[in-house]
Amino acid sequence: MSPGGVPLSWYLALSAILFGLGVAGFLFKRNIITMFMSLELMLNAVNLSFVAFSYKWGQIGGQLFVFFVIVVAAAEAAVGLAIIISVFRNRGTLNPDDLEAMKF
Amino acid sequence: MDLFLFLTFALIALGCAVNLVVQSHPISSALSLIGVMVSLAVLYLLLGAEFIAAIQVIVYAGAIMVLFLFVIMLLNAGVEERTRKSKLVRGLGLPLFAILLCQLAYLVYRHFRSAAPVQFGKFIGSTAQIGRALFRDYVLPFEVTSILILVAILGAVVLARKEVS
Repeated sequence: MSPGGVPLSWYLALSAILFGLGVAGFLFKRNIITMFMSLELMLNAVNLSFVAFSYKWGQIGGQLFVFFVIVVAAAEAAVGLAIIISVFRNRGTLNPDDLEAMKF
Repeated sequence: MDLFLFLTFALIALGCAVNLVVQSHPISSALSLIGVMVSLAVLYLLLGAEFIAAIQVIVYAGAIMVLFLFVIMLLNAGVEERTRKSKLVRGLGLPLFAILLCQLAYLVYRHFRSAAPVQFGKFIGSTAQIGRALFRDYVLPFEVTSILILVAILGAVVLARKEVS
């Protein structure tokens, strides 16, 4: 490691840890909005990997991918939150354990 | 200096992410997610992605999280209810999960150990470069993106509308 530099692997390790925490939040949380936020955390972790690899190869493509991921996340947040609102209006709950209409 | 900035904001991001999972009120989780996003924006800047850092703050922390906060307040989401606490899960699950995270980080770290270190200013993906690539090589995905956003807007309006009987 040259002076003044940060190893690239630290960025990737941070990304992996953030992704793991996102998965944990998605599995453990008992509130559908917080589960959704954990999903956003996972997307952010992957974005960090994309930017790190973009730096590694000196290519702009990784950053473009992050741009598209952010666009898709925005669309997903709009639709997902609308679904949450309509679910709450019909069921009166945000607990995913109570949403069992599609359970076999 | 790079190392100091990286460590500071990586620790903030990690702390906020842990806080997101641990907190039981959705507002606290949303605020810690904003903390994660802002500190990730600084890390993007360190990696030479200025445009991404800007839209991370503007779109993610600014627009998407405000949408989340609005929905949380609209639905008046309170403290989430705890399920029955199992001693086994508490005693075994958390350490095992910590070990899993450490293994994950270590594997990634070991795999890319030989990669050149990140030095600020060595590679700058300027906004002009991104714009050129976006409208030259990626023009079809970019246009499809606009349709996607349009569909998302329509879908959100249709789904969240009050039923008129």
